[in-house]
Parts: sequence; C-alpha cells; structure tokens
Amino acid sequence: MLTSPEAVAAILGMAIVTMAIKASGFLLADRLPRDGFAAAWLRHIPGAVLAALVAPAIVTGGIAEAIAAAATALVFILSKNLFAAMATGVATVYVVRLLVAG
Amino acid sequence: MTDIAASPDSRMDQFLAGARACMPVAISVAAYGLVWGVLARGAGLSLFEVIMMSALVFAGSAQFVALDLWTTTPATLPIGALVLAALIVNLRYLLLTATLRPLYPAKGRLRGAFSMYLVTDENWAMTVAAMARGQGSVAFLMGGGALAWIAWMCTNLIGYGLGSAIDDPSRWGLDFAFTATFLALLLGMWKGRGDLVPWLVAALAAIVTSHLVEGSWHILVGGVVGSLVGAFLETRKNAHQS
Repeated sequence: MLTSPEAVAAILGMAIVTMAIKASGFLLADRLPRDGFAAAWLRHIPGAVLAALVAPAIVTGGIAEAIAAAATALVFILSKNLFAAMATGVATVYVVRLLVAG
Repeated sequence: MTDIAASPDSRMDQFLAGARACMPVAISVAAYGLVWGVLARGAGLSLFEVIMMSALVFAGSAQFVALDLWTTTPATLPIGALVLAALIVNLRYLLLTATLRPLYPAKGRLRGAFSMYLVTDENWAMTVAAMARGQGSVAFLMGGGALAWIAWMCTNLIGYGLGSAIDDPSRWGLDFAFTATFLALLLGMWKGRGDLVPWLVAALAAIVTSHLVEGSWHILVGGVVGSLVGAFLETRKNAHQS
C-alpha cells in the first residue's frame, strides 16, 4: 500500500503548522523594538533555551549522565573544542553505564 | 554577519563551515534518525509516508510523537490530533527563529521566512553560538540545516529498511551526544555573571516542567521564563546606572 488520502492530509497538516510556526517567529521578530526590554529579552533567549534543553536531561538521568556532564564541561572549558567535549561526554556515559550495569 | 555583500565563493565557504560545525550534532541526529525509521516501520507507515513526513515535516520530536498516534487503518487515523501535536511540540521554534532575524537583511522578509524550514535545534544552536562570537551568516545556518536534513532522511530510510535489526543508540552512549554538545555550546555563550541567574532560572523551570508534563514543553517554559528574568535584570540594572 502506497498511502491513503487521510495519511497525506495528516502529514501535510503537520508540515504546514510546523512551517507556519518557524516562519512566525522570524516575522514577529520585526515587530519587536530594537532596544529596551524586548531587545534584551531576545538576546537572552538562546542561553535560556539551551539551559532548558540540557538541564532536565542531566538531572533526570542517572549517575552516568551527571558524571558525563561534568566531564563534558571540564573538557570544553579547558580545550574550547566542541567535538572533543562531545566525544568525552559520549565516551564517559558509555563507560559509566557499563560499570554501573556490570 | 557580513553575508549581505558576500561573494558567492565566501557564501559557499560559509555554507560548508555551517555543515562542518554541525558534524558533532549530526551524529546525534543520525542516531535518532535510525531509531525513528525502525519505529516508523513498526507503527505501520509506508515507505512513501516515511519519505513524505521526513522531507516535509522535518522535525524529530514532532515525528516521534506522531508515531504514538499513528494507526494503520486510514479511517481511524486521528488527523486533528496529529496536526495539533505537531503544533504544540514545535511551538518552541517561535523563540528560536525570532533570534535568527538579525542575520538577515531588512528586505526580502518572505524568502527569509521560508528559509526557516531548514532550522532545527541543532543548526540554530550552532548559529547563535557563532553569532555570539560576532560570526554566523545565513549560509552558515543553511549549511548546518542541509547536513541535518540529509542525515535525518538517510538514517530514517536505513532504519526503515533494517527494521528491528538496529541497536538502541543509548547502548553506545550516543543518546548523550545531543546533551553534551548543547552543554558545551551553552558554556561557550557565557558572557559574565549576568548570565548566571537567567540560566539557573531557565534550568529550574525546565526541570520542574519536565516532571509535570510530557513532551517538549520544558524547552518552551524554561526558555521563556529564563529569558524574561534575564531581560528584567538587565533593564533594571541599566535603569539604575542612568
């Protein structure tokens, strides 16, 4: 079976709302003032969003995630190298999970 | 941010630089892409539907949620719920794409708005990190987006083809690639003590929200609350100085 009209409608609907949201944020940014509170708000969004992305994954994970996060942060602060920090995090989580499970 | 008058050569350089910068997170995209492909086959999507959804919707978390709601009999497919779920899960993009506006020239807003299609968490994070260093460009953003799109589509198809023969990525620690990269990006954005309180507030709000509601609400709630606190503290400080 290739597909059905219902499935096409659902997928197109999902695609349209996703695109509409992405375009809306971009277009709404023009309506915000260039200085004052709104400008300060936009400047603070990236850090706040990244902190909100990362924090639950670290806190709700186990000991492996906590140790790996600390190792990732240490390597990044020392080396300023994103790939090294990422690789350290993945390797640490892998090793600690093995140790905890075994 | 000097892309406006850039020559085609340097625009190509920027495109490739953006793709290169997204390599670490593309590994994470690929790992989840494989899993999504496997699950999509299990949920009963046809190959055509997999290609169509990954190409057009192109949003990982919304697509995972969709698999939960999917039914193999078209008559019972919850179209409204699928569309609403995509809307809710993707609301955070309002914040992300708003912060990318300064990369674009004042004119040509419509083209810019359509190019937001290629924005994902991954290339957004790389680009705002570059913007914080006074770099970054539209081509850089698009390069990362193109890499993420290709990685997502290819691994979806591989996962779909292999079915359940694929391992769980968490067995290899690959699920942590995303968290590790974003943590490093966050640290790279540190500008001074003024960032500490907004980041802590964002983190706490996100942790509380993730305990209370499922899905990606914690990103939106933490992002809004933390950035509002940051803006409040900054404008209050400036008011005291003047």
